Amino acid sequence: MSPLPGTAPPACKLQIDGLTKSYGSVVALQPTRLEVPAGEFLTLLGPSGSGKTTLLQMICGLVEPSGGRILIDGRDETRTPVHKRDIGLVFQHYALFPHLTVSENIGFPLRMRGVAAADLDRRVRDALDMVHLGHLGDRFPKELSGGQQQRVALARCFVYQPSVILMDEPLGALDKKLRERMQYEIKRLHRETGATIIYVTHDQEEALAMSDRICLMNHARIEQIGTPHDIYARPKTAFAADFIGVSNIFRGSIQRDDGGAPILVTGGGRFRLSAAALADGAGQGEASLIVRPEQLDLDGDGDNEVSGRVVDTVYAGSETRVLVALGDQSTVTVRLRRGMAPPPLGDEVAVRWRSEAGVLVS
Amino acid sequence: MSAAILHGHAAETARRRLRFGPLWLAAPGLAFLAVFFLYPVLRLLGLSVQDLDAGTWTTEHYTRIADTGVYFRVLLGTFRIAGLTALFSLLLGYPLAYWLAQLPERRRGTMVLAVMVPFWTSYLVKTFAWMIILGRTGVISRLLSAGGLPAPEMLHNEFGVMVGMVHAMLPLAVLTMLPVMTGIDRRLVQAAETLGAAPGHAFWLVYFQLSLPGVAAAGLLTFISSLGFFIVPALLGGPQQTMLAQLIITQIQEMLNWAFAGALATFMLAAALVTCWVYDRVFGLSTLSGEGSRRGSGGGRLRRLGLRLLAGMAAATALAARLAAPVLGPRGRERLPGLYSALVMVFLVAPALVVVPIAFTSSPFLDFPPPGYGLKWFAVYFQSDLWLGATLRSFGVAFATAVLATLVAGLAALALARSTSRWRGTIFALFLAPMIVPRIVIAVGLFYLFAQIGLVATDLGLVIGHTVLALPFAFVAIAAVVKGHDWRLDQAAATLGANRLQTLLRVTVPLIRGGLVAAFLFAFITSFDELTVAIFVSGGVKTTLPKQMWDDMILQLNPTLAAVSVVVFLIVMALLVIAERLRRSGR
Repeated sequence: MSPLPGTAPPACKLQIDGLTKSYGSVVALQPTRLEVPAGEFLTLLGPSGSGKTTLLQMICGLVEPSGGRILIDGRDETRTPVHKRDIGLVFQHYALFPHLTVSENIGFPLRMRGVAAADLDRRVRDALDMVHLGHLGDRFPKELSGGQQQRVALARCFVYQPSVILMDEPLGALDKKLRERMQYEIKRLHRETGATIIYVTHDQEEALAMSDRICLMNHARIEQIGTPHDIYARPKTAFAADFIGVSNIFRGSIQRDDGGAPILVTGGGRFRLSAAALADGAGQGEASLIVRPEQLDLDGDGDNEVSGRVVDTVYAGSETRVLVALGDQSTVTVRLRRGMAPPPLGDEVAVRWRSEAGVLVS
Repeated sequence: MSAAILHGHAAETARRRLRFGPLWLAAPGLAFLAVFFLYPVLRLLGLSVQDLDAGTWTTEHYTRIADTGVYFRVLLGTFRIAGLTALFSLLLGYPLAYWLAQLPERRRGTMVLAVMVPFWTSYLVKTFAWMIILGRTGVISRLLSAGGLPAPEMLHNEFGVMVGMVHAMLPLAVLTMLPVMTGIDRRLVQAAETLGAAPGHAFWLVYFQLSLPGVAAAGLLTFISSLGFFIVPALLGGPQQTMLAQLIITQIQEMLNWAFAGALATFMLAAALVTCWVYDRVFGLSTLSGEGSRRGSGGGRLRRLGLRLLAGMAAATALAARLAAPVLGPRGRERLPGLYSALVMVFLVAPALVVVPIAFTSSPFLDFPPPGYGLKWFAVYFQSDLWLGATLRSFGVAFATAVLATLVAGLAALALARSTSRWRGTIFALFLAPMIVPRIVIAVGLFYLFAQIGLVATDLGLVIGHTVLALPFAFVAIAAVVKGHDWRLDQAAATLGANRLQTLLRVTVPLIRGGLVAAFLFAFITSFDELTVAIFVSGGVKTTLPKQMWDDMILQLNPTLAAVSVVVFLIVMALLVIAERLRRSGR
C-alpha cells in the first residue's frame, strides 16, 4: 500500500470531524476525530458496545449522526443518502439477495449505476475470477457454503470500486481455519486493488494480522490509534494493554530509590523502571507496569525479579505458557523459552525481566 | 467405536418408530376426512354426471349450463367478482401490511388489532353494518343529503358487493402477507442502498420480490374464499350480482335439483383447484402453511422478464417520487404511509362500530343516529326463546367442534412433523383441502350424505360439518408451533426416564400449548360464525345463531339484529382476550 512511484503522497480519503451519536441520554459515540489516508487498511477494534459499529454505520449513512461531519475525498457527505454515497459495505451476515443468482448479486451495484450490459458482464466475470468463484455464477446464494457466500459478498463490494470499503465483522460467522484463509484473501484483494478499507472486528488477532493501523475503541470513544506494532509494544492505557495480546500488569506508585533511580512500588515488590518507559508514560503517582509474557523469563536474566509458585502450564503448540502465582494472590503469565522443559507444578521459581522491556501506563 | 454402535442403534430405533409410530397418529383425522369430506364431495360431483332414474351417465346438466345464458353469466360474474375482490384486497392491503411489518414489534402487536378484530368479526355482522351504512336511508346517504348532495344508489348493485367483499377479505389478505413481510431481512434493503439503489429500486428489486410468496398466497386465499361467498352478494348485491353459491343454494332448497347443483359445484371446485395448481407450480403449496420451501426460482427466461418488469416499476417509482417530492415535502413523504394505513384501518374497523349505537336505539327502525336510546332490543333478544336457544346451540356446537378439531389436528400435526414418509405431502394437502374446496361444495355434499344417514337437523351433524371446515385452521395453527419445537427436548425426557405418553403430556404438549390454544380458538370461532353448513343442516327449531341472523336479515332488518350483533361481537372479543392471556401465561 505504499503509493506507486510517481504519484502524489496518499491523500486523505476519509475524514471524520467531531462525529457523534446519542440515543436519548445514551451516548453511542463521543465526538470523534479520525483521518484515513487513501489505500489504508484501518481496523476498528473494540469490545461490543464500544461504538465501532455505530461509527461504521454513520460512515456509510445507515445511521444519521447527532453531530459532526464526514468528508470523503474532501467532500462533505454527512447528509448524502446511502445510495449516493459511493461506499461499499460488507455485511456481517453477507446480506446476499436470496432471489438473485451469484452473478446477478455481483452485477446489482453495476446495474444501479447504469453500466452497459457488455461491460457489466465482463466486470462481473472479472470479479468472480478475482474471488475464485468463476464457475458458480449461476448458483443461488443458499446453494453456497459460508466461505463461498463470503467471497460473493466481497466480489459484490469490490466490483464497483467504491471510494471506501467498510467491512462489519465479515468473518465472524466462519470457523477458525476458514477465517484465517479469508484474512489472506482480503489482504490480497486490498493489495491488488489499492482500496481504502475500514474493517470492524472484536478479534484482536485478526486486527493485528491484517491492519495498517488499528483504531482501538472503548466506551464510545477512541482509546488509541497506531500501527499494530505500536499498539502491541507501546500501549497507552491499561485497557489497550489488556485487550491486545496477553499482558502482565503490576499496579503501584512511582517513587525514587536511594540512588534516585525511578522505581514502581507494588504489593508484590519494587521494580526498576527504564528512562524510556518513564518518558512515554506517566511521571508521578499511581501507574501500571505492563510486561508481555515473552519478555518474562524463568530463572533467566533481568534486573527485575518476582518469585512465586508454578500453578499451571498451558501447551499451545507453538509455545508453552507457565502461570506463576505470586505472594500477593496475583498471577503472571510467562512464555517458556524454546527448548526449556516446563517446570513441575508447585515448583518455586524466580521470574525476571529487563527494565527496558516494561511499559508504564497511567 | 461405542459411539458408532450407539449411533447405529439410534438410527435403527428412529427408523422403527417412524414406520409404526408417528404417521398412525394422523389416522383418525384421515378417516374422518375420508368419510365426511372426500366421499361427500366426490359423491356430489358424481351426481352431476349421473341419471339417477335411468342409472346411466349423462352430460345434460352441463349442456344446460352452457345453453342457458343466465347460468353462464352467473358463472362469469362469479369469477369476475372473486377476481376483483382479490385484486383490490391485495392493492389496498399491501401498503398496510408493509407499514405494519416495519413497525417495532410491540407497536405492531397493537396496530395489528385493527386487522385482527375485523378478521374475527362475523361476516353477518359486517354485512349487516354495511346495509346500515350504504342503505337508502343509511349513514352515507344522510350525510350527503345533509350537505345538499344527491345520494347515489349504493346498495343492491356492484358497488355494494365490492365494498362488502373487499371489506370482508382485506383482513385475510393483510394477515397472510404480514408474516412473509416480517420475515424479510431488512438488512437486504440496506445492502441494496449501500450498493447504490435508490429507495424505489431497493423496494421493487429486493423487498417486493421477497414479499411475492405472501402476495400470491393472499391472492389465492382471497380468490378462493370469494368464489364460494354468498352472504355479501345476497344482501348487498342485486340480481345482476348473483354468485354461483347463491345459485347452488336455490337449486337445493327450492328445486331439490341435486344433479344440477352438483354440476355448478363442479365448476366452482374446478376453478379453485386450477388456481391452486397454478399457485403450486409457481410457489409451492407448502408456503401456505409457512413451511417456506420455495422452489428454485428457475425458469430462466420468465424470471429475467420478471426482473426487467420490476426494473421498469422501479424507474416509474423513482420518477413519481421525484414529481411528488415538491408537493409532499420531506415530512409528507414520511407521513404518507402512516396516513394511508390509518385510513384503511378506519375502513376496516368503523363499520362494526356503527352497529353499536343502533343496538341501543329506542326506535323500531335502523335510523342513524338513533332518535333515542334504551335497552329495548337487548330485552327482546334475552326474552326470545328462539334467539337464546340458537345462542346456546351455537355455543355447544362450537365447543364440541373446537375440542374435536384440536384433538384430531393436533395428532395429525405431531404425526407429520416427525414423519419422513413419502406420503407426508399428500396427507398435508388433504388436511389443508377443506380450506381450498369452497364451503358451499362441502356443505351440499354433507347435506346429501346426512339426508341418507339421518343426521340432518341434528347437533351431531353440525359438529361434524363444522369440524371438517375447522380442521385446516386448527392444523395450520398447531403445525406452525410444532415446526419450531425442539425435539431434542423429547429425547432428553426419554433419556431421563419418561415413557412416550409421559413425554407427550409433560414435555411436548406444554411446549406447544400456544398452538393448541390458537387451534381451539380458530375452530371455536369458525363454528360459531358458520352459516353455510348451518343453512342446510340446521333446520326448524334446531337453528344456530348465524342461521337465525341470516333468516332475519333476508326477511326484515330490525334493531334486534344490531343487539345480537353486539352480543356476538363481545363474545368473540372475550374469547380472543382469554386466548391471548392463556397463550402468554403459557410462556
